[in-house]
Amino acid sequence: MSLDKATVSNIAHLARIKVDDDQLETMVGELNNILSWIEQLNEVDTEGVAPLASVTGHPLPLRADGIADGGYPERVLLNAPDRVADFYSVPKVVE
Amino acid sequence: MAALIKGETGDWELVIGLEVHAQVVSEAKLFSSAATAFGAAPNSQVSLVDAAMPGMLPVINQECVRQAVKTGLGINAKINRLSVFDRKNYFYPDLPQGYQISQFLQPVVGEGVLTIVLPDGEKSIGIERLHLEQDAGKSLHDQHPRKSYIDLNRSGVALMEIVSRPDLRSAAEAAAYVRKLRSILRYLGTCDGNMQEGSLRCDANVSVRKPGAELGTRCEIKNLNSIRFMQMAINHEARRQIEVIEGGGKIDQQTRLYDANRDETRSMRSKEDAHDYRYFPDPDLLPLILTEDYIADIAAELPELPDAKQARFIAEYGLSEEDASQLVEERETAAYYETVAEGRDKKLAANWLLSELFGALNKVGKGLAESPVSAKFLGGLIALISDGTISGRIAKDVFAEMFEHGRDADSIVEAKGLRQVSDAGAITDLIEAVIAANQDKVVEFKSGKDKLFGFFVGQVMQQSQGKANPQLVNQVLREKLNA
Amino acid sequence: MTDLLSLDLAAARDALRDGKISSLELTDAYLGAMEAASDLNCYITTTPDKARVMAAAADQRLAQGDALPLDGLPLGIKDLFCTEGILTTAGSHILDGFAPTYESTVTSQLWRDGAVMLGKLNMDEFAMGSANVNSYYGPVESPWKSRDGGNARLVPGGSSGGSASAVSARLALATTGTDTGGSIRQPGSFCGIVGMKPTYGRCSRWGIVAFSSSLDQAGPLTRTVRDAAIMLRSMAGHDPKDSTSANLPAPDFEAALTGDVRGMRIGVPKEYRIDGMPAEIEALWARGIEMMRDAGAEIVDISLPHTKYALPTYYIIAPAEASSNLARYDGVRYGLRVEGETLDDMYAKTRGEGFGAEVKRRVLIGAYVLSAGYYDAYYLKAQRVRALIKRDFDEAFGSVDAILTPTAPSDAFAIGENDDDPIKMYLNDVFTVPSSLAGLPAISVPVGLSGRGLPLGLQLIGKLFDEATVFRAAGVLETAAGFSVRPAGGQ
Repeated sequence: MSLDKATVSNIAHLARIKVDDDQLETMVGELNNILSWIEQLNEVDTEGVAPLASVTGHPLPLRADGIADGGYPERVLLNAPDRVADFYSVPKVVE
Repeated sequence: MAALIKGETGDWELVIGLEVHAQVVSEAKLFSSAATAFGAAPNSQVSLVDAAMPGMLPVINQECVRQAVKTGLGINAKINRLSVFDRKNYFYPDLPQGYQISQFLQPVVGEGVLTIVLPDGEKSIGIERLHLEQDAGKSLHDQHPRKSYIDLNRSGVALMEIVSRPDLRSAAEAAAYVRKLRSILRYLGTCDGNMQEGSLRCDANVSVRKPGAELGTRCEIKNLNSIRFMQMAINHEARRQIEVIEGGGKIDQQTRLYDANRDETRSMRSKEDAHDYRYFPDPDLLPLILTEDYIADIAAELPELPDAKQARFIAEYGLSEEDASQLVEERETAAYYETVAEGRDKKLAANWLLSELFGALNKVGKGLAESPVSAKFLGGLIALISDGTISGRIAKDVFAEMFEHGRDADSIVEAKGLRQVSDAGAITDLIEAVIAANQDKVVEFKSGKDKLFGFFVGQVMQQSQGKANPQLVNQVLREKLNA
Repeated sequence: MTDLLSLDLAAARDALRDGKISSLELTDAYLGAMEAASDLNCYITTTPDKARVMAAAADQRLAQGDALPLDGLPLGIKDLFCTEGILTTAGSHILDGFAPTYESTVTSQLWRDGAVMLGKLNMDEFAMGSANVNSYYGPVESPWKSRDGGNARLVPGGSSGGSASAVSARLALATTGTDTGGSIRQPGSFCGIVGMKPTYGRCSRWGIVAFSSSLDQAGPLTRTVRDAAIMLRSMAGHDPKDSTSANLPAPDFEAALTGDVRGMRIGVPKEYRIDGMPAEIEALWARGIEMMRDAGAEIVDISLPHTKYALPTYYIIAPAEASSNLARYDGVRYGLRVEGETLDDMYAKTRGEGFGAEVKRRVLIGAYVLSAGYYDAYYLKAQRVRALIKRDFDEAFGSVDAILTPTAPSDAFAIGENDDDPIKMYLNDVFTVPSSLAGLPAISVPVGLSGRGLPLGLQLIGKLFDEATVFRAAGVLETAAGFSVRPAGGQ
């Protein structure tokens, strides 16, 4: 599979990363190199092989229900680049 | 069954599937130990995990899993022994991780079914799946001209997404489905069902087609926070789609937002991007494995659900289907009724609850939870009627007093001396006095004016201040007059 | 001064307990060395005041005879570990100014055990890299110099480059690192020190900035195998805040260092003899095999047939997970924000300016392999191959107790070399990635020098949660190799 500029642009949008037009061409080349290298995996016969879910096979631990966290707006807002009162703030969203 | 909609080119059939998001009743969030209560100060119920601080990790709340399994059992669904949590990736400010932890390919609950009652009979609605996922935070768009404010209190609260098959054919059916589902959730105690607070929210997938034709292209309507709005939105959307198609247009698959103020749906700008959620198993979590024993334990603890309760009320208590169905819709009503009816006349209890109490509550605009008459007290009143202590007519006066002052029936009856007179001697004395005073009427009655019997009853009751046992009055009066 | 710095962790521990030295003087010696060697760019942040306060407290405990396991030992911390109130950057511009309000589980255990924090170590941005040239804070330089003339500045390896260079240059007694595909072991090899990646799940990931959740593991970089065992005991242990943390007690790894490998079966996988491997690597490996055999181990030829597919598998899984893990850096709650007209504009500018080139490449690759229509062909395929790679190891461990391989396919290269070709850079991890994919514990031990006089390490891989065997074998290899060369650029 080979990526073109439009596809890379689209992925960059999905990932919300601004890529300038002059970088785009280079990016397309690099990503295509990596992808074609990755595609050697197609040589491997994986018929009937289940995808790995966990290396250790341990079960999912469950925690008890109970309030033991939160209650510290200062701690979660401390590093916010644009805080208004006890809210985070972002450029206005139109739904 | 289906209510067809008339268009210019003929009849159209409405096809609806619902995605209900039900907030799980739990103390803490799905993957963090922050509180879930509604209405707290902004960002005060947010843990480092909920704010997606670097290096923070999810640990699942066992109660949320239990509640999902319980709900699955309540809708007769298959519980999956192995389920997987996936990440649904998208950017939105109220989604701090940049992904929602959800279940995509392997949900905790598989196929189930829910029966709804319609005017023309019952209908089974297929349920495709139920999965657990994180709720998002809240964005406030109206506080500032150029900014949206973000409150993450709701971020990470457990949701059950319950997806129906596209088996619904009208807004009324959709409403019946949501009411029934809500009722089951509340019986199970797995969701409080409060639509105003957003604990229960609906998205409706709506399409139209000519009867019997292939499914049409659907639109998803979001933001349906009441059953009434949902019905309005579905009907509006159906009319819009019919107009588009009949006008030669084509329906685009979109996400639309319902605006209750304008009664219209519009395309959501924020959802215009074709979404590619890039689901993959969350590597911070491991597969969730449930044992048969675990599932059996939960099944054993399930409460009696509305359908079973209704059947029992009809079969064992002899209630009408209509009464039974009214009594079981809300868990609280059924519980109130069962307290009233415990050891008492079941039908009488049902009548008093459904007509007298609900009538009185309606008049003052209150719900059962705020009733001044407790179930115990109403039960006491029923007992007094059944054992002949008071007549049904006196009972209404006693009830009015109870409703006004919150007192119990016994003390009102005692204080006001309302005990029914069932002493045959005393009643005979009363009757003889009335006959003596109305000899002219006796003659008329005996000459064939049967209607006068009522006059005599009335006189006797009046003399007894309503306390005379009416059956006894009838019986003795008939003997005396026909003597 | 020099004497103090020449003590390794175990020796310093004993000297402190015996009252021969104080933590404060030891700490000051390191703070002085750090300042003198600031050209190496090992540290992003130094915390001298905090270090002295911690050292003074340790001295008090030591004086009272209540010594904690790591009491008074000055350590450097990779800047991927969140440290409360101290700038934590992950080597990235996007975490500008981020001071966590919490402490990672691993570092809190180190402080619990009395260790002293010297500062936060430079690294490849978000732990993505094999040369430590991808840091927003500039490349880290190794203290080693090539003997072949010239004065080229050499890379320390990566991504724990600051951690490795600091141990090698004696700018910390020991350091923490993280290893996703080789990020502890490969820099360990390049810098002539020990680097240990424990079993996945042995150390809590809570509070460590995530790169690839199913692969990331914390581990120590140290001067000796014994030091690594001491460090790991404090770093490891079950953490209920990490669902993937193993519910097992952290054993006394030091006790495993018996020096006796008689009867131990050491596997040598034929697939690790890759095309184009330098002869000196091959020779070093052969010497390692001889050393183990001489010590009484039984050498067993084994096959790990899917080895050559490990790197491409890794370069699907790690970027896929990273693309999702790095979505939280959006300019809303912490770190850099570049303002924009709209929300999406703000996101794209923040992330466009905040992430470096390699991070962007991997996030884009990751987003692509997970996107609609490609998930099965890439991500799912990779997880199937990963299952085969794990199965290879499971089968091999039916007949051996540990596996011996080279750590890296070359010695250290110059800063700037390999920069133009991402895949060439990725090949640095060809020997370390397979055990990462299988979650196995593995250690790099310095064994010899290349023709250019640069260190080369060998890797020992063990069974899941069998760090004890890995340490035992590594101790023997270390003793047999007797690697004692010091870098010319160090103290």
